[in-house]
Amino acid sequence: MGAIPLDQFLVQTVNGLVSGMILALVASGLTLIFGIMDVVNFAHGDLLMLGAFVGSGIFLSTGNFWAALFVAVVVIAVLGAVLQLTTLRPLLGRDPLTTILATFGVSLVLQNYALWQWGPSARKITEPIGGQFQLLYLQYPVYRIAIALLSAAIIGGLWLFMKYGKYGIWIRATTQDRVMAAAMGIPVPAVHAVVFAIGAGMAAASGVLFAPLVGVTQTIGLDFTLRAFVVVVVGGMGNLGGSILASIFVSLLEAYASLFVSPAQAVIVSFVALVLTLLFRPTGLFVPTPK
Amino acid sequence: MLALRDVHAHYGKSHVLHGVSIDVGPGEVVGLLGRNGVGKSTTLKTIMGLVRASAGSVTFEGRDIVHLPTHRLPGYGIGYVPEDRRVFRLLTVLENLRTGLDRAGMTPTRRDALLEKVYRHFPVLRERRHQAGGTLSGGEQQMLAIARAMVLEPKIILLDEPTEGLMPRMVGQIREIIEVLNAEGVAILLVEQNVPLTLAVSSRVYIMEKGTVRHQAPAAALRADDAVIHQYLGV
Repeated sequence: MGAIPLDQFLVQTVNGLVSGMILALVASGLTLIFGIMDVVNFAHGDLLMLGAFVGSGIFLSTGNFWAALFVAVVVIAVLGAVLQLTTLRPLLGRDPLTTILATFGVSLVLQNYALWQWGPSARKITEPIGGQFQLLYLQYPVYRIAIALLSAAIIGGLWLFMKYGKYGIWIRATTQDRVMAAAMGIPVPAVHAVVFAIGAGMAAASGVLFAPLVGVTQTIGLDFTLRAFVVVVVGGMGNLGGSILASIFVSLLEAYASLFVSPAQAVIVSFVALVLTLLFRPTGLFVPTPK
Repeated sequence: MLALRDVHAHYGKSHVLHGVSIDVGPGEVVGLLGRNGVGKSTTLKTIMGLVRASAGSVTFEGRDIVHLPTHRLPGYGIGYVPEDRRVFRLLTVLENLRTGLDRAGMTPTRRDALLEKVYRHFPVLRERRHQAGGTLSGGEQQMLAIARAMVLEPKIILLDEPTEGLMPRMVGQIREIIEVLNAEGVAILLVEQNVPLTLAVSSRVYIMEKGTVRHQAPAAALRADDAVIHQYLGV
């Protein structure tokens, strides 16, 4: 470590935390859906991508980033609920493989729809908060910090909702025991649709928030989804808090690794973390040891 | 009030209920006895819509409930305490109760009164209200499961082996709460292996064998003459 100057280390810590928060926003939707329905949603990244496209459309016509964010979240949340009702509800309780194939099919449909509708060229959304500030030796974009804070706020809001809200309790009860939740009068089918909508809305939010950094293309969701699957497994499938911690953990690991190797190679670190977790602690790193 | 007529049910290919007919009147405690695996729990699950009846009818206050989704039943006044208790292990005691309390049309006053009522019957739940359901002892979990059904203000509670695996002191407490509920006019369909308890609290008893009801009698008659109990239950 002696060769790495302290300021580089600090910058990478900030980078890791920032990308960790964005990743956490993607992963928490994924883990929420898995936890309640045992559905591995392969279309999650495509919902993110569609959210970014819808956002870019609204941004083009209104020029208002926040309107774009809001509309994209609402539209994609509704789309998520519709997908759940039409595609996943009929498969509830079947072999997990059928839901994997179904969401994979949805993913292909959405990708090709986006290609047909918006074409292959990238679209741009301008960041709502411009400017840079001096972070040690480099100019750091304020917007990156803003995304991290917004992601944290959305996740925090979700956490409060899950912890204290009536519907949060319904969701947690349904996650733990679907049958008993129904026997207590909780409308389980509606809870499933709402959770899917929340997950989809969070994916759309991450898509719009992330769009100013990279531009909107059909593949904007790919990189995130792959890493989101990694952190959902590392954090313990279906465990919201675990996924958030794992997002930050894995992003920090990657950020520090890129001090030594190129950023493209640093991605290997998260997959090593994935393999090691599966080998030695398959229930997830950030979950209490089962009693 | 609750009427099952010639109900059949299957688990996959195996035929588990062969025409079960049971009646429970308003405010009545009815026992359902039988050896393991004769279909007692399945009967309750079929009422709750957790197992689909393949033939026959289940009506509650004259309404056909066979085709209703499970989550609609508590609204009509049916509470369920399943065999393995099934408290929400990661939810606190209070949150477990809130799954039944936070329903449409609930006023804060009524909600507090209901909570106060179950805490009065089960003081230990008040003490542990912020503790996760999974950390409670077996007896406490059973109390929570019953309390959770009570806050639904049901007209009938389907109670599946509430004393299974409990210490004698706890069994006494379960018996008390059955009597309290009965005094309040709540009907109970009680599935039990504990014959003395069932005969003591029930007004009528059905005895099941091989997926069907083989015998029914007033509990008083069975208390006086236990030949039938011997014949079907071997105790």
